[in-house]
Amino acid sequence: MTNTQPSPHTGTTPAGDFILTATDIKKSFGGVHALKGASMTMRRGEITALIGDNGAGKSTMVRSLSGIHKPDSGEITLDGKTVSFDNPNAARNHGIETVQQNLALVEDLTVWQNFFLGREKTHGFGPFRTLDRRVMRSTAEGMLKDLAVNVPPVSSKVRRLSGGQRQAVAIARAAGWGSKIVIMDEPTAALGVQETARVEGVINTLRDSGVAVLLISHNFDQVMRLSDHIWVMRAGTAVAERRTSETNGAELVALITGAKAS
Amino acid sequence: MQAVAAQTRQLSFWAENAAPIGLVALVIVFSILSPTFLTLGNIRAMLVAAAILVILAIGQAFVITTGGIDLSISATMTLGAIGFGLAFSNGLGFWASALVAILSAMLIGLINGLLIAKGKVTDFIATLGTLSVATGLALIISNGKPINVNSPELLTLTSGSLGIFGYPIILAAIVAAVAWFVMFRTRFGLHVQAVGGSEESAVANGISATKVRLAVYLIAAGLAGLAALLLVARVGAAEPAINTQFLLNSIAAVVLGGVSLTGGKAKIVGPVIGALLLTALTNGLTLLGVSQFYQPLAVGLVVVLAALLTRFQKK
Ligand SMILES: Nc1ncnc2c1ncn2[C@@H]1O[C@H](COP(=O)(O)OP(=O)(O)OP(=O)(O)O)[C@@H](O)[C@H]1O
Ligand SMILES: [Mg+2]
Repeated sequence: MTNTQPSPHTGTTPAGDFILTATDIKKSFGGVHALKGASMTMRRGEITALIGDNGAGKSTMVRSLSGIHKPDSGEITLDGKTVSFDNPNAARNHGIETVQQNLALVEDLTVWQNFFLGREKTHGFGPFRTLDRRVMRSTAEGMLKDLAVNVPPVSSKVRRLSGGQRQAVAIARAAGWGSKIVIMDEPTAALGVQETARVEGVINTLRDSGVAVLLISHNFDQVMRLSDHIWVMRAGTAVAERRTSETNGAELVALITGAKAS
Repeated sequence: MQAVAAQTRQLSFWAENAAPIGLVALVIVFSILSPTFLTLGNIRAMLVAAAILVILAIGQAFVITTGGIDLSISATMTLGAIGFGLAFSNGLGFWASALVAILSAMLIGLINGLLIAKGKVTDFIATLGTLSVATGLALIISNGKPINVNSPELLTLTSGSLGIFGYPIILAAIVAAVAWFVMFRTRFGLHVQAVGGSEESAVANGISATKVRLAVYLIAAGLAGLAALLLVARVGAAEPAINTQFLLNSIAAVVLGGVSLTGGKAKIVGPVIGALLLTALTNGLTLLGVSQFYQPLAVGLVVVLAALLTRFQKK
């Protein structure tokens, strides 16, 4: 067997420049091997794109990095230290925010409740802690205003929002926590032209403020426009990496389909 | 098209407010048909009679908000009652016996919670099993015989009152107020609604669905233990009776209160009004001299009607 898998520490980049590395991640669901030893890296201050066909394992990788799945084996390092996330809060506490592909919103709750789900602001102390609804409402409103073209009222139920508004809520939620890494799994999939432009603006702003962004997208133009570095996944492994400036759409297609070896 | 939309809107108004509208309608009808229905004495009696069901319905509401169901709730109450009776007749005082009642009830809640939250057993099956277990345990430890209880505290509990409000309904009102606060003003309550709305999304946001589910079954059982005290107080004895009617009515009250069985939509006031409505219905029918045999039929019809109406609730 030839080893087509790139090692994450090759190339000219010193290891210290990686904010995150994932090495040989394996994850199976019953008989389905979603990740078969995938490795990838993210560099500080860069937008890293993760591309690949449907079912290649991108979202499974995302969920492993955000604490939803525990990989069967493999190693994740953050700032050079090995980490392991038992649950999504552990990843969040390490500064990793994620927009899941399914958005992870609870439709029966309001926009502001979804914004703070799992880390609600409270006042009072001990067992008498109560939700600080006023602060959460106004914070959510502020975070959302920067992003959405058609801002939904923060007190409306998510069920009543349009697909694009929902996506905006999920993105604003992930972008607003001053984190180190923001992962976005197909963040513009349901968005119109204006909203897509806004989200791309948000992604650039995040990068400019020093946040490392992992962008999963099927839109090559978008990937070429935004990213600094690209990882290609195929059938559960990361098969190639490229600097965005040194590749083009045709090569990426060939890498995704396997017409071209890495 | 517009007519249809307006009609659906109207239906959804009825569906949202089925319990209060039904309660007002019942009160009007019964007060016309029976002069005693709206007397202070009867109102007082009705409120006392409603207390147990109100408390059970609140417990059931927590479980149903997570999308679960607790079929063991009335059997748990029975076990709590027997626990109280046994503790009391063995010389433990009222307060210690009350604690025994609540703890023995919560034991069933713990089993429910572990089976459902950790063991991933279907709620329906798990609580059907513990319904039988709790009933059996109650029969075994009581030897199938009622245990007479002569406690001055229980006597005060049944007979004491502030104005027309007997102590039992005051207790139920306190439970309702605390439950409302917990459900709508605390993190825990929000997490209960989140898990019921979408477990996957709740978990992706760091909420432990296991803990939440365990907690709601413990709450339901703890409240069943509290209701057991009122039951023993009312009967004057701890009976290993089956109390199926309380189970059906606790679910019916929640459904009447506009809570969907699929979970995610929390309500506390609705189920309380639902419980009052069902009690008023039984009371009114009794006053009118309608045979006991017709009462389950009437309750059933009301519940089926309410269930049909919930189809038109706003999403
Ligand atoms: N929870 C799960 N249970 C079972 N199989 C799963 C689960 N999650 C993912 N899979 C399987 O793992 C494989 C990879 O799925 P994944 O969602 O990671 O792909 P993806 O690259 O994100 O695809 P897409 O571009 O369509 O979003 C698929 O075959 C999928 O069916
Ligand atoms: Mg995906």
